[in-house]
Amino acid sequence: MDKMPRWADVVLIPLISLCLALFASGLVVLAIGEDPVKAITVMIKGALGSTSGIGYTLYYATNYMFTGLAVAVAFHARMFNIGGEGQAAISGVGVAVVLLAFDWPHWTIALPFAILGGGLFGAVWAAIPAYLQARRDSHIVITTIMFNYIAAAVMGFLLNGIMKNPNTQNAETVNFPDGAHLPTIHEMLAPLGIEFSKSAPANVSLLLALLCAFLVWFLLWRTRLGYAIRAFGHSPTAASYAGISAFKITMIAMIISGALAGMLSINVVMGEQERLIKEFVEGAGFVGIAVALMGRNHPIGIILAALLFGMLAQGGFELLWEMPGISKEVVLVIQGMIILFTGALDYMVRKPIEKMFIRAREGQS
Amino acid sequence: MDFAHSFLQVIIAMDMTVRLSVVLIFACLAGLYSERAGIFDIGLEGKLLISAFFSAAISYETGNVWIGVLAGVGASMVFSLIHGIASITYRGNQLISGVALNFLASGLTIVIGHAWFKKGGQSPALPQSSRFHEITLPFADAMRDIPMIGPLYADVISGHKPLVYVAFLLVPFTWWLLFRTRFGLRLRAVGENPASVDTAGVSVIRYRYAAVMIAGVLCGLGGAYLATSQASAFGREMSALRGFIALAALIFAKWRPWHALMACLLFGFLEAISNLYPNINVFGIFEIPVQFTQALPYILTVVILAGFVGKAVAPRAGGEPYVKER
Repeated sequence: MDKMPRWADVVLIPLISLCLALFASGLVVLAIGEDPVKAITVMIKGALGSTSGIGYTLYYATNYMFTGLAVAVAFHARMFNIGGEGQAAISGVGVAVVLLAFDWPHWTIALPFAILGGGLFGAVWAAIPAYLQARRDSHIVITTIMFNYIAAAVMGFLLNGIMKNPNTQNAETVNFPDGAHLPTIHEMLAPLGIEFSKSAPANVSLLLALLCAFLVWFLLWRTRLGYAIRAFGHSPTAASYAGISAFKITMIAMIISGALAGMLSINVVMGEQERLIKEFVEGAGFVGIAVALMGRNHPIGIILAALLFGMLAQGGFELLWEMPGISKEVVLVIQGMIILFTGALDYMVRKPIEKMFIRAREGQS
Repeated sequence: MDFAHSFLQVIIAMDMTVRLSVVLIFACLAGLYSERAGIFDIGLEGKLLISAFFSAAISYETGNVWIGVLAGVGASMVFSLIHGIASITYRGNQLISGVALNFLASGLTIVIGHAWFKKGGQSPALPQSSRFHEITLPFADAMRDIPMIGPLYADVISGHKPLVYVAFLLVPFTWWLLFRTRFGLRLRAVGENPASVDTAGVSVIRYRYAAVMIAGVLCGLGGAYLATSQASAFGREMSALRGFIALAALIFAKWRPWHALMACLLFGFLEAISNLYPNINVFGIFEIPVQFTQALPYILTVVILAGFVGKAVAPRAGGEPYVKER
């Protein structure tokens, strides 16, 4: 018999953890002499107060959906992929190579190839640590973190060298052809007569992220491969007795994970920047960890958590203007608190609530 | 290139290797205690960073570098305590707890630093009284003129800041404590087979907390070295993955103190090389790009982990929370 109803596990506990994390972050804000209530109001208003704010929130949320799904798929195979940052960065190179290769006539033709390019590059960058884990027993947490830094070096090398736009001082490529322009939400809603901010960068990639969430759900819970991944994650020894190859699952899960992280560059590089710049990932790979934990590694949870973190990111930028005493890295503190409370201190929150439900049931019977 | 010149180069590289290994040694020994007791710690990085920040900030404010070190160690121990509560008392996932602490350190150092010093998360440069200074060992100047041994003693062994010697002395001390005392035997047993220790009437929980707190002290010293000795101010993300490189060194050393020292010296040497020779020219034909030399320590960390470790047998109960049988 379950200790508590499903809704308590899926909704109540994450909410309580979230409140605890926000409360602890509020104490930090209080400690540096600022008003936490005002800060959270500014953040929420900045994130949801205008269609421009909403557009930015959705844009960041799109990124976090991709990286959150990436972390979750690896998590289901009992691997901790901290390398989303590097995988996304390298995938940007793939997207740029594809989009600069031809004068694309229309985005609908360019998009599938950009997805292939970005996905492939991201997957390769994840496959190397996966191979080292599977064959050489190299701790994947350490190798993926090193690969983040190696990716940054590779980006610096390429963007200051062969991929550099010769007409500027910056480390960036030339602009992609006009035909590769992805429609923004403004452009998608305008024909329907709905007003939406022109400046907001959210674009059609949001739909791609939702599609990816569905595909991940389908893969993990409706296919034989997904079952194998989850079985392996649950108990590697039992899985190996069932004839599931540890090597195969490790490789496949990390390749899918890397490709998902790579989709971030569809949103950012193709959708927003329309050229490849050096530091476009901006920590989204790491946020994916918090998103996956908060979302309980389930696509629906990840979508909701990504929206929450999108709000935090956009709200954090708003803080810069309204409360200059608070650095925007306060978002990192909130993320850290959320990972701590939803991930590591889960049992602390769970235990009293379990007890409460058990007591309530005993009272009824 | 004549002999005297290349000898000087070697001395400079060795001196720099010693300086750059210190943080790694502190962090690696911290990981050693923690993992020997069965608690994984990927939060070494965060502890180095938070300690670097508070040691710089407090020694700047008080003008006394030792008070700064204490503050850094204290901050690092608070992080250790959180890690202990999460992973020992509440049996949480140790990797996740470590990641959370790394996030918190990145965020807190900048948020607090920004509000405190108004310099975008940096600390002001530390005045002379708030930093450590080199110690000249006896006879260093007198011996300098002896060929070979003289410069080796005067520049590589002598002339470092106090925490350098603390780090190097901690290696034999750790070996003694872990392998020659009852405390050490029990601590190692807690990481290998906690149930047997429990049966013997020793508290697994208490030993694990002890190990985690020792790790906090050591990371605190490492971070303090970073901000008050290796550099003379706090800078954003100044730990620069050293916590993770220390973990790689720990695996490379297979959780043994003397091997850990060697591994840390190797990684320190790699960093020294990439600092000293940013542009390596291969036979005058082509120049190795600067990005490559910067990434070299990270690349070699992966190579060493993948290629040379062989079968690294971690403490058997590592990463698993201990649940007492009922």
